[in-house]
Amino acid sequence: MTKERLVVIGNGMAGCRAVEEVLKRDPARYDVTIFGAEPRVNYNRIMLSPVLAGEKTFDDIVINDEAWYRDNAITLHAGRAIKAVDIEGRKVIAEGGLEVGYDKLILATGSDPFRLPLPGSDLQGVVTFRDLDDVEAMVEASGKPNARAVVIGGGLLGLEAAYGLARRGMAATVVHLMDVLMERQLDESAGYLLREALAERGVETVLGAHSEEIVGRDGKVAGLKLKDGRVLPCDLLVMAVGIRPNAALAKAAGLQVNRGVIVDDAMRASDPAVFAVGECVEHRGNCYGLVAPIWDMCRVLAEALTDGEGAYAGSVLSTRLKVSGVDVFSAGKFAGGEGCEDIVFRDAARGVYKRVVIEGGKVAGAVLFGDAADGGWYFDLMRAGTDVAEIRETLIFGQAITEGLSGLDPSAAVAAMLDTQEICGCNGVCKGAITGAITTQGLTTLDDVRAVTKASASCGSCTPLVEQVIRLTLGDGFKAQAGPKPMCKCTHHPHGDVRKAIVEFELKSMPAVFQAMEWTTPDGCASCRPALNYYLLCAWPGEYVDDSQSRFINERVHANIQKDGTYSVVPRMWGGMTSPAELRAIADVADKYAIPAVKVTGGQRIDLLGVRKDDLPAVWADLNAAGMVSGHAYAKGLRTVKTCVGSDWCRFGTQDSTGLGIKLEKFMWGSWAPAKVKLAVSGCPRNCAESTCKDIGVICVDSGYEIHVGGAAGLHIQGTQLLTKVPTENEAIAVIAAVMQMYREGGWYLERIYKWMARVGLDTIRAATVDDLDSRATLYARFVVSQETAQIDPWAERATGGVAAGEFAPMATLPLEMAAK
Amino acid sequence: MTLQAHIDPHWRDVGAVTDIPERGARRVATAQGDVAVFRTGDGQVFALVDRCPHKRGPLSQGIVHGHGVTCPLHSWVIDLATGQPTGADAGKGCAPVVPVLVRDGRVLLAQPVMAD
Ligand SMILES: Cc1cc2nc3c(=O)[nH]c(=O)nc-3n(C[C@H](O)[C@H](O)[C@H](O)COP(=O)(O)OP(=O)(O)OC[C@H]3O[C@@H](n4cnc5c(N)ncnc54)[C@H](O)[C@@H]3O)c2cc1C
Ligand code: SF4
Ligand code: SF4
Ligand code: FES
Repeated sequence: MTKERLVVIGNGMAGCRAVEEVLKRDPARYDVTIFGAEPRVNYNRIMLSPVLAGEKTFDDIVINDEAWYRDNAITLHAGRAIKAVDIEGRKVIAEGGLEVGYDKLILATGSDPFRLPLPGSDLQGVVTFRDLDDVEAMVEASGKPNARAVVIGGGLLGLEAAYGLARRGMAATVVHLMDVLMERQLDESAGYLLREALAERGVETVLGAHSEEIVGRDGKVAGLKLKDGRVLPCDLLVMAVGIRPNAALAKAAGLQVNRGVIVDDAMRASDPAVFAVGECVEHRGNCYGLVAPIWDMCRVLAEALTDGEGAYAGSVLSTRLKVSGVDVFSAGKFAGGEGCEDIVFRDAARGVYKRVVIEGGKVAGAVLFGDAADGGWYFDLMRAGTDVAEIRETLIFGQAITEGLSGLDPSAAVAAMLDTQEICGCNGVCKGAITGAITTQGLTTLDDVRAVTKASASCGSCTPLVEQVIRLTLGDGFKAQAGPKPMCKCTHHPHGDVRKAIVEFELKSMPAVFQAMEWTTPDGCASCRPALNYYLLCAWPGEYVDDSQSRFINERVHANIQKDGTYSVVPRMWGGMTSPAELRAIADVADKYAIPAVKVTGGQRIDLLGVRKDDLPAVWADLNAAGMVSGHAYAKGLRTVKTCVGSDWCRFGTQDSTGLGIKLEKFMWGSWAPAKVKLAVSGCPRNCAESTCKDIGVICVDSGYEIHVGGAAGLHIQGTQLLTKVPTENEAIAVIAAVMQMYREGGWYLERIYKWMARVGLDTIRAATVDDLDSRATLYARFVVSQETAQIDPWAERATGGVAAGEFAPMATLPLEMAAK
Repeated sequence: MTLQAHIDPHWRDVGAVTDIPERGARRVATAQGDVAVFRTGDGQVFALVDRCPHKRGPLSQGIVHGHGVTCPLHSWVIDLATGQPTGADAGKGCAPVVPVLVRDGRVLLAQPVMAD
């Protein structure tokens, strides 16, 4: 009996695996012929990355050597591409005219790397990353001394390419369009860690970068030009921006093709004798770019070719990055979604970030960085749809811990733990060490246990377990924890610790703080984000870029939101002084924009109430034109400096209180602070400017200036306390700026000066700003530095559309009502 | 293929996803009032009628965190997916959800309902 003829187009991962699967089921049935465009045997394409990095050789990654083809009587035409398929005549036509007939045909042509149609993309030295020839071209380019590479695309492929090139000694830069690396697999936190890890390995990353043109010299690539004008010089440019199913052959043959070759659940194409597998396939609208689905497809296809049964239902995907020493795993809805819940774990000491997403009591996705050992386990739970409600508490700690404790309620679970089982992963403390310390040293609180054993002293995520151990050991003797209050529910660290860490560990971005301080949420909350934004701004002036999305609306739009969603606008009036021209301009603005209310404020200035958000930029432009700037009436920062008329007019006046107030306001405006700061200067102890209920107040006397701090007149009423008395105006300004800076650096977010003072003590403030002249001078100097970047009128920036364009106008205007569920 | 040809007739293109700041929101003005369109830190897009269930605060002006927004007026936290207040305020009304879709980087809102 003559065998049926099976022809395979594509000697890649899918083509050969399909043949293996067929042979496994029925080795005698087919006469197999494989055509491959590449002039070599079948190899493991995904291992090209380690080959590029010099961690493996080509021989290491061959899957089927020549002997395999020989032993299985497979005819291999390597280096011979198929030019056409004759569906009617059931034959394939190869390069050079060879024709081979088939009874069954498998298309396994994979995909082609996508090339961006940039000017210069045909220059020599512009390559993609798909096959061994590409790897060889890259290795060759890396051989030149001081060679530089730019990789376009910060996905899996691009990063592995850049890492490989860096390992080969090239300076490698990845240019990525999005703000997060591998954004289709990673959330911002993991993307941040990955970026750091790559930097340590010599790979630079440029995010949010639009490529404009590849510049060349003598026909060779010389650099990549970005839309913002930057040019990144390079001798090699790798495009790793995606792949496209290679379906042209099938299309020309008249088979049904959309993005890929369309197949049914048996992997059959639109002709009954033709099948397709691998990346060239489109199944139920999906095209895949990873091998796991290919293995599933190959099994189903082999069944169909051997009269078996099976249907491909699509695949759930997981990804791992192959960069040595960087463990990254991602699967499913790693970034959550409607109705999802996050469990986040961070271990700063080990550089670990884990996020497991739960939906409807089941694992819906996970992203792991730094320790991806449990990736497979989460992926299995996800695919099996296992109900994880029972193991939710310990899920994030991984399979070993969870299964060790399964089926037990938390306290029974802890009771059942062996003395040798680890409770605190960070510090390697096992249960026995904790119970031992409690009984031998008579510890009764969590703090005691922390101090003695270090259990839960680092990341704190095992705190509940430690508490259980104490409770079990002591019974009713356990005292629940008081301790300093955490900043918010995203962390167990109090404000003070976080501020300290930002400076000590040089944390300069929000993801850096989240990781170092082990935040338990992916991106913070409305309570910690504004605080962190302020802390970072204060610690790294001129360096940290303000995150407007972490600001409360008033500070984001530089106006005060009112109950009807309109805004109020308060221009600065230095020291409460104004002029006919300013008043006229204000009146004109009020008329022009039909502003419904104009009111005099308690801070000696004028409030325009009821301005529509869309009108804000125009209102500001008009006020700017008359010389007025933002009064920061919305700011956690310097608000007003209230003054009396002082020696200029008042018969009791001892000093020029108005003049000093204006000087202070001009010097200090624009500075952000933990909470609002109000100043006042009165010309004599009659105190007409109410200096003694301000955050900082000055009372002029014949012999100089009394400086008072810590007053409040809001929810809480409190008189100031006298800080010091100084003889000159300049010294008054120096002390006040030093106090302001000390408060800026040490206050907790939303903590007014009076509360800060109660916490740190007036004496401490006096020592640092009055007695110790060096300390005063350095505080003053730091304030001056910070003011260099703070004194930019936010209204002018926005009125001209330079900053936050798009904040004020609606995104779109639709004529009719939207469908609301 | 042009973009329009992709889009079924029930959806209205209101702009690019990147027109919305990450962890932020934009307003879409309609004859019936504003719709708030949010973009979360993980790149998802949600839309709600721009009216807090508490005292009608404009949710588009709040701080976006996770899949929630904190109302700018009195800090209720509204779940972007359901429009429901969360935490202590759960169960006290809701901001109606507006169906939204992202296709090829564009944000599409459900088509206007014609008055009967
Ligand atoms: C560098 C790199 C790293 C990767 N890492 C991973 C990873 O970590 N994990 C993962 O799951 N996936 C990874 N992938 C993806 C994975 O390699 C692919 O999903 C897989 O190789 C696809 O298999 P395939 O058989 O469909 O295509 P291919 O393996 O590309 O095979 C197709 C073959 O068909 C040949 N061919 C095309 N047209 C013709 C024609 N007309 N005539 C004859 N022959 C033809 C091609 O030359 C090619 O050899 C990686 C890919 C690359 C390039
Ligand atoms: S505080 Fe003294 S100087 Fe100033 S207005 Fe009052 S009385 Fe005059
Ligand atoms: S006192 Fe109360 S009502 Fe009056 S402006 Fe201040 S916060 Fe609003
Ligand atoms: S109106 Fe939203 S919280 Fe009050």
